[in-house]
Amino acid sequence: MGFFLETIIAGLMNGVLYSLVALGFVLIFKASGVFNFAQGAMVLFAALAMARFAEWLPEWLGFESLLLANVLAFAIAAFLMLIFAWAVERFVLRHLVNQEGVVLLMATLGITFFIDGFGQTIFGSDIYVIDLGLPDEPIFILEGLFPGGLLINQDDLVTALMAMAMVALLTLFFQKSGTGRALRAVADDHQAAQSVGIPLGRMWVIVWFMAGLTALVAGMIWGEKMGVQFALTFVALKALPVIILGGLTSVPGAIVAGLIIGVSEQLAEVYIGPMVGGGIQIWFAYVLAMVVLLFRPQGLFGEKIIDRV
Amino acid sequence: MFYRENGQFKTNYKSDQQIFAVKQDRIAIIALIAFAFIGVPLLADEYLFRAILVPFLILALAAIGVNILVGYCGQISLGSGAFMAVGAYMAYNVFMRVEDMPLIVALLSGGFFAMLAGIIFGIPSLRVKGLYLAVATLAAQFFFDWLFVRVPWFTLDNPAGIAAVSNLSVFGWQIATPMDKYLFVLGFVVVFALLAKNLVRGPIGREWMAIRDMDVAASVIGIRPMYAKLTAFAVSSFIIGVAGALWAFVHLGSWEPLSFDINRSFQLLFIVIIGGLGSIMGCFFGAAFIVITPIVLNQLLPWIGRLFGVEISTAMVGHAEFMILGTLIVWFLIKEPHGLAKYWSMARHKLRLWPFPH
Repeated sequence: MGFFLETIIAGLMNGVLYSLVALGFVLIFKASGVFNFAQGAMVLFAALAMARFAEWLPEWLGFESLLLANVLAFAIAAFLMLIFAWAVERFVLRHLVNQEGVVLLMATLGITFFIDGFGQTIFGSDIYVIDLGLPDEPIFILEGLFPGGLLINQDDLVTALMAMAMVALLTLFFQKSGTGRALRAVADDHQAAQSVGIPLGRMWVIVWFMAGLTALVAGMIWGEKMGVQFALTFVALKALPVIILGGLTSVPGAIVAGLIIGVSEQLAEVYIGPMVGGGIQIWFAYVLAMVVLLFRPQGLFGEKIIDRV
Repeated sequence: MFYRENGQFKTNYKSDQQIFAVKQDRIAIIALIAFAFIGVPLLADEYLFRAILVPFLILALAAIGVNILVGYCGQISLGSGAFMAVGAYMAYNVFMRVEDMPLIVALLSGGFFAMLAGIIFGIPSLRVKGLYLAVATLAAQFFFDWLFVRVPWFTLDNPAGIAAVSNLSVFGWQIATPMDKYLFVLGFVVVFALLAKNLVRGPIGREWMAIRDMDVAASVIGIRPMYAKLTAFAVSSFIIGVAGALWAFVHLGSWEPLSFDINRSFQLLFIVIIGGLGSIMGCFFGAAFIVITPIVLNQLLPWIGRLFGVEISTAMVGHAEFMILGTLIVWFLIKEPHGLAKYWSMARHKLRLWPFPH
């Protein structure tokens, strides 16, 4: 029983991170109708920027504090993501208005290739380390209920809390601020939003910037866990079943589906995996999402697809 | 001799329904095929065969399959790499496990099993549309990635997980040199391209296009969506499976599941989009673009670097290739979302008027 709960807790913490990456996808899809395959490359690029600047700043400016280096590197990386968002809107999105979904998807794939090459040109292609100074001894909770207690990694716990804080901040921003309202209007109906006077281009820059920020936070967390390397781009591929399970247009859907996928992936790997040879977590989430789609074609929380003939 | 249909009267239904109705088209296609079979082997060298022509032909064949699904039937599929893998591994098993199996039968059986896989993983298309379907087909991609690594039966219990074939021969003709491989693959491609062209011109092709344009309206007028979508998946996966088997047997010789991973799926989708959705000719253009661009960049970039006195390392060249490919793709999509086939059809349209202005 204790092991089962540990598996679930590990799955929940993974799930929070998947939700974070999935949020980036959902934000962009809601506001600009683009399925951003470049999200994974954005995660890598942002993580690379932060890792390298955290390394370079102490050398250039000559200070020792890890916290200061990380904070400054985060700020610089965020600024770079802002420039990236502006560039994408200016050079790609503006010229592809009103194209079909497949064309936009392919354009984001082109952006992926570009960002991959560009990031590795500027920042290098070794494996880099992001050191957030998190404690890494495991802690044991609920020692009264279960013999020995349940093992939880402290850094997993802290990163999950960070991700949840980010999600909460984003939700607050969308619900309470003026720009958030404008973004929701754009997500609802481009033409109506434009007719009310909302500048569509600027909104797209803002939404891509926010997706870039979530990519940065996700990259920071994943990078701390597994090192900043090319494999980070595949983290985005793990977030895809989360979005289709939750619905392409739903922010709470991304969060809930992330948790579901995280937990079920862990459970499947631990309990079903040994029966079929192991390593099933690469496809289990996808098959699960596909099966749910058969019953609910728009995902759990997505809006119903209405066809007009 | 102008490019016109004037004066070409058709006197029976058979000649009216032929693929190349204009005599100049027929002559051009026959000339092209003759050049491909006779001229190219005389002119090309071994490197050209091995590195450019054979991959170009096989990728074009696979792209024809993908185009049938994505371009003609409108079902976005990101699992094409997996169907190539199914074709390759099942052809391998049929070829090695059955005594004296003819090569062509093995390749076609690879296509047959890929067809079965395509039908099974095409079932979600009956419920799910658009981008949701695209991600659902990724389930096929990752599942088969895992299957061919973890289940040793597919690689004949090879401890290293590698599959390899050698000594290919058809009716006594040994397929050993790159030129032999080129001719073998060319035969397949010509046959399948003509078959595909005929299919999409016929009633089933029209059903596919109706489903693509407006599937609700299509079902209202009596086209069965299940039949149309599943046949699109079936035909498409068959062709992709045969292409995968050819890629493994003829181009690679020995392969592992990584040769058919998600990057292959993306590559095929690029070929189809850049070549032109809904166009058989476009598949060839797109495949040529995707095969030639990295090679050109590989040669061009160091040369440009030397021109400016900058020494570019190979890693740098790799990164720059990525960047330039990405930029080219985006630029292309902005300039011409309908792909290279659109340029081709514009050229033919202008040719019809030539030499008159209007």
